[in-house]
Amino acid sequence: MMSRLLSLRDSREAASRGARRPTWWQLLMPSGRSLVTAIPYGWLLLFFLVPFLFVLQISFSEVEIASPPYRALLTRAEDVLNIALNIGNYSYIFGDPLYFDAYLSSLYMALVTTLICLVIGYPIAYTIARAPEAKRNTLLMLVMLPFWTSFLVRVYAWMGILDNEGLLNKACIALGLIDTPMPLMHTQLSVQIVMVYAYLPFMILPLFSNLVKLDGRLLEAAADLGCRPWETFLKVTLPLSKNGVIAGSMLVFIPAVGEFVIPELVGTPESLMIGKVLWMEFFDNNNWPMAASVTIVMLALLILPIIYQHKREEKALARAAQR
Amino acid sequence: MVESSVHPAAGTAASKPYLQIVDVVKKFGDNTVVNHINLSISKNDIFALLGSSGCGKSTLLRMLAGMETPTSGRIILDGEDITHLAPYERPINMMFQSYALFPHMTVAQNIALGLKQDGLPRKEIDERVERMLDLVQMKKYAHRKPFQLSGGQQQRVALARSLAKRPKLLLLDEPLGALDKKLRQQTQLELVNLIDQVGVTCIMVTHDQEEAMTMACRIGIMSEGQLLQIASPGELYERPNCRFTAEFIGETNMFGGHVVEDEPDYVRVQTTELPRPVRVGHGITGTLGMPVWLSVRPERVGVSRQQPTAGGNWANGTVHDIAYLGGFSIFHVRLDTGKVVKASVPATRWREEAAPTWNEPVFVSWADTDAVVLTQ
Repeated sequence: MMSRLLSLRDSREAASRGARRPTWWQLLMPSGRSLVTAIPYGWLLLFFLVPFLFVLQISFSEVEIASPPYRALLTRAEDVLNIALNIGNYSYIFGDPLYFDAYLSSLYMALVTTLICLVIGYPIAYTIARAPEAKRNTLLMLVMLPFWTSFLVRVYAWMGILDNEGLLNKACIALGLIDTPMPLMHTQLSVQIVMVYAYLPFMILPLFSNLVKLDGRLLEAAADLGCRPWETFLKVTLPLSKNGVIAGSMLVFIPAVGEFVIPELVGTPESLMIGKVLWMEFFDNNNWPMAASVTIVMLALLILPIIYQHKREEKALARAAQR
Repeated sequence: MVESSVHPAAGTAASKPYLQIVDVVKKFGDNTVVNHINLSISKNDIFALLGSSGCGKSTLLRMLAGMETPTSGRIILDGEDITHLAPYERPINMMFQSYALFPHMTVAQNIALGLKQDGLPRKEIDERVERMLDLVQMKKYAHRKPFQLSGGQQQRVALARSLAKRPKLLLLDEPLGALDKKLRQQTQLELVNLIDQVGVTCIMVTHDQEEAMTMACRIGIMSEGQLLQIASPGELYERPNCRFTAEFIGETNMFGGHVVEDEPDYVRVQTTELPRPVRVGHGITGTLGMPVWLSVRPERVGVSRQQPTAGGNWANGTVHDIAYLGGFSIFHVRLDTGKVVKASVPATRWREEAAPTWNEPVFVSWADTDAVVLTQ
């Protein structure tokens, strides 16, 4: 009560102090709070929105043998300003099945990776979150430990394991399980294994930070009302960790769609993923506008479902508040 | 000590006890949290376990709910040994301290969960949820989520949820602890009425003696894992059986001394804190010279300017402090022996004369039936 009175007085004083300042000052000088929030906004503006607009612009231009290798959108011929929007890149993407297949196989790979990461990562995150506090940090450290080593080194290590002459095949032959080495390297399977390995921590960490906040009394309440442990999991734990599942899945799915290094190193040459297509357009064909268009379509594929989901949640919240 | 206080209470219950806690012990490592508790509760009783935090009352409650397993001892409910049943197998429901409402479910879904677990037909679930919402007057809010409710509303939903399965035993863990004081007082009697209306046997745990005394018909005082006394609220206050109870329930003046005169109808107790031996108007079972404590409640102590005439239970001192509380005032009178005696005096006492003020010499006195002799 006392503190409320005090803070009320403080804010009144602040208001009267503010009132003494001239209006132009208030208009021009931002308050401390908006200064703080301006930093992330500024960061995103400078390093996300502006580069995005560049890419968007390039995607509507045409290839030219020049440096940079595309034609400017705006040209001035005497007193006429010409804006030439070339949508040929996009119609080409939608016309050529190569792109469609690449998008589809990328989305499929990312989806499978996400699902496997979820199935493996959920129990791990749950165990860590329920572990005694002293153990928890050690376990979390173990999850993050791979980050201490370079990503490329870890992919090469997997090549050493999965190769025909690799650790896994040698071990299986030595144990007498198989006679000839299994062809693991350069298959869809090897890409899948390494992708799951690489992205698993990104699933575990958000899930953990969600599950660790789960109130143990809710689980007790469910048991008290007659739920067996697995029923408690399905009816309480899982629905309450929905946001963790969404966050983890996005952190895995989004970068997995554009993944380039892993399919390039351990994948098959036949299966074309969109990251590889991008690389080829940019470096092999030197076709910047095409590469930009491929990027924009990929971005649209990823962002539109997120926006839709976000809007739906907002609506649900608003509806709940009205009742 | 525990035994002696259990038996008379069990006797008044007439029929055989509904819930029996038999010699239950709970140890966490070397730490004995619940120490040989015996307790019988009859059907439709509202029983309160009262004690300060860490006394083991919550652990005892959690053992009843099945969230902890006793190290030794048995718990028998309605003739069935439930000591080792899992929480989801017990016909017992609990209202949690912070309510533990499921945040992702609506009020109606929260109440329905337990019924769905029982596999009741949908129609019956809907009917029962409806009836429960009616009972706690929350029908309007059936489709709200818990975070859209006030503390008092959440408390009512939690109660409805724990009553919906018609448990044989209802457990309340600090039922009103999360409410603010004004709402708490309103809700106490409302809650008792609801429990009576449903007709369920109920055990509550609380550290708030006012809550326990308002709501429960019997109270067990717990300290350091043991049950010190089990009695009705009035009996606990008027006839505590030990110093802990006397000091824990309400305020009291405690004098340490020993028996100097032991007659069938009275005893005299000599104490260094009072100028002359205190006369107590009832006999005690004990020996001459045994150490005892005298407990005199502040409202039994009179304050006057004139020396009291009859009896020997008076002492003189000066007013050391006055706490004015409107309807009555607490006088802190410092005796010549240095002991400070608290006297709660109603405002109506000062009609004829003005109330004494700070540092004024006064007498304190009490009747010889007002002191309770405690031997432990």
